[in-house]
Amino acid sequence: MDDIILKTEAVGVTYQESIVALENVSLSVPAAKLTAILGPSGCGKTTLLKVIAGLIEPSTGIIKVRGKETIGPGPDRALVFQDFALLPWATVLQNVAFGLRAVGVPKKEREKTSLHYIKEVGLSGFEDKYPHQLSGGMRQRTGLARALTVNSDILLMDEPFSAVDEQMRRKLQEDLLELLKIENKTVIFVTHSIEEAVYLADQVVILSGRPGSVADIVYPEIDRLGDIDLIRRQPRYIELVDEIWGSLKSYVE
Amino acid sequence: MSVSQNVAVKAKVNGLFSPKVGMKPRLFFWRVISFFIVFSVWELAGRADISIAFPPFSEVAVAFVEMLFSGEFTAAYADSLPPLLTGLCITIIGGVIIGISIGLVRGAEWFIMPLLIIFQTAPVSALIPMLTYIYGISDTAKVVAIVILGMPLVALNSYKGIQATNPSLLEMSKSFLASRFATIAFVILPSAQKMIFAGLRLGVSGAFIGIVLAELLITPTGIGDLITYNRFIARYDKMFATIVSILAVAGLTLSVMRFFEDWLFPSEKNE
Ligand SMILES: Nc1ncnc2c1ncn2[C@@H]1O[C@H](COP(=O)(O)OP(=O)(O)OP(=O)(O)O)[C@@H](O)[C@H]1O
Ligand SMILES: [Mg+2]
Repeated sequence: MDDIILKTEAVGVTYQESIVALENVSLSVPAAKLTAILGPSGCGKTTLLKVIAGLIEPSTGIIKVRGKETIGPGPDRALVFQDFALLPWATVLQNVAFGLRAVGVPKKEREKTSLHYIKEVGLSGFEDKYPHQLSGGMRQRTGLARALTVNSDILLMDEPFSAVDEQMRRKLQEDLLELLKIENKTVIFVTHSIEEAVYLADQVVILSGRPGSVADIVYPEIDRLGDIDLIRRQPRYIELVDEIWGSLKSYVE
Repeated sequence: MSVSQNVAVKAKVNGLFSPKVGMKPRLFFWRVISFFIVFSVWELAGRADISIAFPPFSEVAVAFVEMLFSGEFTAAYADSLPPLLTGLCITIIGGVIIGISIGLVRGAEWFIMPLLIIFQTAPVSALIPMLTYIYGISDTAKVVAIVILGMPLVALNSYKGIQATNPSLLEMSKSFLASRFATIAFVILPSAQKMIFAGLRLGVSGAFIGIVLAELLITPTGIGDLITYNRFIARYDKMFATIVSILAVAGLTLSVMRFFEDWLFPSEKNE
């Protein structure tokens, strides 16, 4: 298929020597596409994303970025956290600039870059607000802007839209698709929503129940032009949701 | 940016003894009221003749002013303040350094923590008379008493503050390739700041207890002696005035620290 930017090869993770969270997960992530990781609760989705982010060292297997094995976090990957992981004592601007500050980018430069991305995610005017003054959606945008500033090619998102209400979720999904038209990013996101996976992703990786392994890979190829409600009524869309539900169902008792 | 931060600093200065610097008028009002109530109850209780050892507030206030101008306070504090300040510096600087180090260095925890916990839970004041055997009747004994009572509180709270850092923030920092130093400076310390300063306030209170105990129990000098002496000659008004003066000095110190904290870490987080 397309050109592969990231691969996991036979990745397994065992917690505390007995809890097998992931087993033999091999998958290829095409560049500049959206890959969704879908699976039942507790199947190891977050674990897989953190292994890819370099935050958890896999017990077996390796991660390759552009064909080269990587260990630990790297500038080629940026993570958007499910719980936002914003510094409560820092403003939106300071939070967004964190990734640049951490690696010693001078203040003026990092603020300029940060302001650019704050605007891009639609947070202009909130630069000096603190996280507790923001809605869930705005916090998520702050986390997204922070991940964008470091200019990684790969964006990793853990259930990015699960902490917000349905309307906000739809808005954020639209905005993400819009944003990806400007930014040439590879996105890997974790979700437990079949609809979300089918609607957003180019590739949907379905994990089996614990220990997680790849049960199936689906390529939605939905035509995303036009009205979102029409898209959600496309026969192809409905068919896919059914198909994925069919293969997930067996893992959910 | 900096202008709005300055405003924030001013707005947050609401220490006990600095009402003028922009404290919210309402807050100040309630504080005055609460003092008024306490003093009134004291006055009534004092007049009710519970005991001659418990004079009403008005008599204590008069004695306070008298002692302020007669030089009794001046003489006593001239004895007490130097060891108190020395002890406070050691308590604050040493406590924070020890607390932060055991919070950050793995292993150090197992080494120092048991000691700290013993010092925090044991009736340390019982140890104070023993200091006489080691240090004699000296300022050193006072300083040691202050440090023993104050420092474990500062160290323990600093340590707890460091430990309480949200693991998700640490993970975030790591994922953004922050060095250990950057993580400490931008994540761990700011997150522990509130706990560290809470510990400092406790430590300062402990230090005041330390100096008074030392002066009561080992070296009859300074403010401790002023208390003992006035009790001995049955001038209970003066005795209470001395105690009130200690509370005032302690309160003042705590306010100065509040101010310092707000100046050091201007934050609108809680507003
Ligand atoms: N640090 C850990 N120590 C031990 N077990 C863990 C740890 N983290 C996760 N697990 C276990 O590993 C399994 C996979 O966890 P993980 O968080 O990756 O699942 P998930 O698919 O993200 O779940 P969810 O849908 O609830 O977010 C779970 O059964 C969990 O209990
Ligand atoms: Mg998860």
